[in-house]
Amino acid sequence: MIESLPLLSLITFLPLVGVLFILTIPRAADTNARWVALWVSLATFALSLTLWFQFDRTTADFQFVEYIPWIEDYNISYHMGVDGISVLFVLLSTFLIPICILASWTAITSRLREYMIAFLVLETLMVGMFCALDLFVFYVFFEAVLIPMFLIIGIWGGENRVYASFKFFLYTLAGSVLMLIAVLAMYLAAGTSSIPDLMAFNFPTGWQIWMWLAFFASFAVKVPMWPVHTWLPDAHVQAPTAGSVILAGVLLKMGGYGFLRFSLPIFPYASDYFIPLVFGLSVVAVIYTSLVALAQKDMKKLIAYSSVAHMGFVTLGIFTMNLQGIQGSILQMISHGLVSGALFLCVGVLYDRLHTKEISRFGGLVHIMPMYAFFFMIFTMASIGLPGTSGFSGEFLILTGAFKANTTVTFLAAIGVVLGAAYMLWLYKRVIFGKLEKADLKQMPDLSVREITVFVPLAILVFWIGIYPNDFLEIMEPSVSNLIDNYHLAMHSYNTPQLAGL
Amino acid sequence: MLGNLLLIDIHTAFPEIYLALASMALLLYGVFRGDGKAEEVCRLAVILLLGGIYFVYQNQTQNALAFNGLFKLDGFSSYLKILCLSASILTLMISVNYLKLQNSLRFEFPVLVMLATLGMMMMVSANDLISVYIAVELQSLSLYVLAAIRRDTYKSTEAGLKYFILGALSSGMLLYGMSLVYGFSGTTNFDSLAVVFESGTLHIGIVVGLVFMIAALAFKISGAPFHMWTPDVYEGAPTPITAFFAVGPKVAAIGLFIRVMMDPFADLIGQWQQVIILISIASMVVGAFGAIAQTNIKRLLAYSSIGHMGYALIGLATGTEEGIRGIIIYMTLYLAMSIGAFAIIIAMRKSDRVVENISDLAGLSKSHPMMAMAMAIFMFSMAGIPPLAGFLGKLYVFLSAVEAGLYGLAVIGVLSSVVAAYYYIRIIKVMYFDESSEMIDRNRPGVLNTVIAGSSLFTVGFFLYPSPIIAAAGVAANSFFDIL
Repeated sequence: MIESLPLLSLITFLPLVGVLFILTIPRAADTNARWVALWVSLATFALSLTLWFQFDRTTADFQFVEYIPWIEDYNISYHMGVDGISVLFVLLSTFLIPICILASWTAITSRLREYMIAFLVLETLMVGMFCALDLFVFYVFFEAVLIPMFLIIGIWGGENRVYASFKFFLYTLAGSVLMLIAVLAMYLAAGTSSIPDLMAFNFPTGWQIWMWLAFFASFAVKVPMWPVHTWLPDAHVQAPTAGSVILAGVLLKMGGYGFLRFSLPIFPYASDYFIPLVFGLSVVAVIYTSLVALAQKDMKKLIAYSSVAHMGFVTLGIFTMNLQGIQGSILQMISHGLVSGALFLCVGVLYDRLHTKEISRFGGLVHIMPMYAFFFMIFTMASIGLPGTSGFSGEFLILTGAFKANTTVTFLAAIGVVLGAAYMLWLYKRVIFGKLEKADLKQMPDLSVREITVFVPLAILVFWIGIYPNDFLEIMEPSVSNLIDNYHLAMHSYNTPQLAGL
Repeated sequence: MLGNLLLIDIHTAFPEIYLALASMALLLYGVFRGDGKAEEVCRLAVILLLGGIYFVYQNQTQNALAFNGLFKLDGFSSYLKILCLSASILTLMISVNYLKLQNSLRFEFPVLVMLATLGMMMMVSANDLISVYIAVELQSLSLYVLAAIRRDTYKSTEAGLKYFILGALSSGMLLYGMSLVYGFSGTTNFDSLAVVFESGTLHIGIVVGLVFMIAALAFKISGAPFHMWTPDVYEGAPTPITAFFAVGPKVAAIGLFIRVMMDPFADLIGQWQQVIILISIASMVVGAFGAIAQTNIKRLLAYSSIGHMGYALIGLATGTEEGIRGIIIYMTLYLAMSIGAFAIIIAMRKSDRVVENISDLAGLSKSHPMMAMAMAIFMFSMAGIPPLAGFLGKLYVFLSAVEAGLYGLAVIGVLSSVVAAYYYIRIIKVMYFDESSEMIDRNRPGVLNTVIAGSSLFTVGFFLYPSPIIAAAGVAANSFFDIL
């Protein structure tokens, strides 16, 4: 029975039902909006768990496929489906939204209804983007994410929020409009906008280079890769806590997902051609932004820069073009979504109490907030990549994959691991350890039940991925192998004529 | 025999003849009832224009030439006529209250709107240089008067005068270009001109004439570098009149532009394509950068409309059926967004004073959440952010450009849309991020709310089921590529 239900559409659009409910809430009873948003997002998450249980882990095909003609004259359809690569991202999105809503329970007081609406709309758009199997449907979801995120940063953000929201909006828009041209060119060349069909289509090599670059412009900004990462620290610092969580947790993954869904399978030749570029930028991101992170005085900025570094690992892993590298990248993206989200929540906990994010304002918190110190420790270790946490599984696989592809790059990236340990441990030391000297810190209460409820599921997942990553690797394995096989097949066909010429 | 022919002619041009008679009758009625009953005249005008839509709709199935080839009825003209009529109806609806409060509601206003609409309908149906000129003048003269309708204020008269002088200049250029074309080809009829150019012989005088005509038409659609009048006239004219300028005449002028380029001069695409590309790029760039520094929202929308015309011209520059279809879709969506945005500007009053600065919108999201949301929808849509209607409009235009291989044009287009996005989201910033000092008045007339709600719902919902409009635009665009 459940097979006949349009499951993906239900997951995608259920949050919008919540939006309609919230709109009916009178302004005076604003606080009900929280409960509506929480229940709707939990229901969405519960529904999305059917994906986890029903997903067929033996095939690389798209599953739960839905197909409805949309713009007939142009042969564009509403086409949805998930494979081993996207299903985890869908789950990540639906998992993080209730956490975000819980995290903003008391922090957001003004325009509560609008805030909850923005998050639910954001959920619809993110899930829709990961499920889209039509180029135009993908683009619509991909780009529309800008609207709620712009408002979240701009309305509920910090002091300098206008600058940050504009920078975020214009940077990402500039990247993705170039992708739009490429989308149109692909659609016209292949005569279809269906992503599975496009994967089978053989684009001429010269073309691939240009198309790849246009897509790269968009995804590199989203990831973000050095040197187009500068919007990220601003956006993170100004965004409200939950905004940072979703930004780091899901929005950055849209870029990595884009590489896996478009660049590699559709433009294999260009992807191969640009491996040195991606490796170079990734290594710079890993080392340079780690050093920058060391110099930060603001906690959120530090974690933002660490995000850039971690995403550098991801792009490195994707372009190793081998099973370990790509699986590691996906795992690292999931792990980073959880860990950096959790770290932003940790910062948020302090910000809610003291309204500052400056590292030097803290110190010695372990004496009054032991629970907090405990959770912060878990996520710090996961960020460093301590064995047993999710960060380790991801980074280890990426480095293994990278070692097969290029040892120099692996060596340089490994330096980043050391630097990562340095800035995270130093941050932890300065905030948690030391003497409790500042008077206002002494009054701070430890985590509330609500805050613990937020951290526990995150911590469980961090350990689950760290200790038994197989559950996650297994679900993506067929799709990733298929991706790599197709890539090698395509590269083989490009190389054969040259060999024959010799 | 002759009587029979005349009957067919009348039948073909019936909506126009009907509208001409109706506006004259309405004028008489208005004189008879006096200014005190101007509101009633407005209501009648709306009903008469609705009748116009009905007749256009009845007539649309046939393709025909009338009056010895001066007048052409086809799918393209029918579609655009319905657009122009709808634009006029919507502007009349949102204007009445505003003008009444300003004490400038005269019965001439609806009559002039009707006459201008008649001119627009003739513009998109013109099939001869002479009928082009007559139609353009009928429309323009009505618009000049409308711009200056508040003749007791300095700004409005200045706007009218400026518009008139520059408009007369452009009409002169149009006429001069036409005379050159006629002089070197020996005919003014579009079909005969097309036959002349088919043969391949081309005198340089024709090209010069063509360029003059393009310049004049670019003036009418306010394409850069012939856009100078737009910000001043938009700012000076009363807001409802500005709203009227921004939609109907633009649609008609673009329609005429397409008609002239695609009918008689279709075979000279090699000659005019580069000119159109240049105007298109210039308009997009001027529209994007010019608006950044504006503080008056009407001036800002003037630059925004210059930019929009640049995007529409991308479709014309391709010279393909896809391109024309893209423009038609673009103009339809542009109409909905602009009417909605102007309806909100019309609602901008503080303690019964008209306010027009962008900063006056500050805090709108708190005092008028629905209105702010509607304005945000229009602004995001104009910026071309999916899934709103404006995105789909741009999508089809860019699709045609990429299909025609005009990659450079498409890339400049999307990049300038990023620059333009800056000032659109600036308005959203003012409404949502800033705190207000003084609230905008709450007593909006119901009809304004209806128009705002309707156009914002259309802008949001268009992507759900775009097929009917896209199919209709396809039929309209096909008119140029199908033998009659």
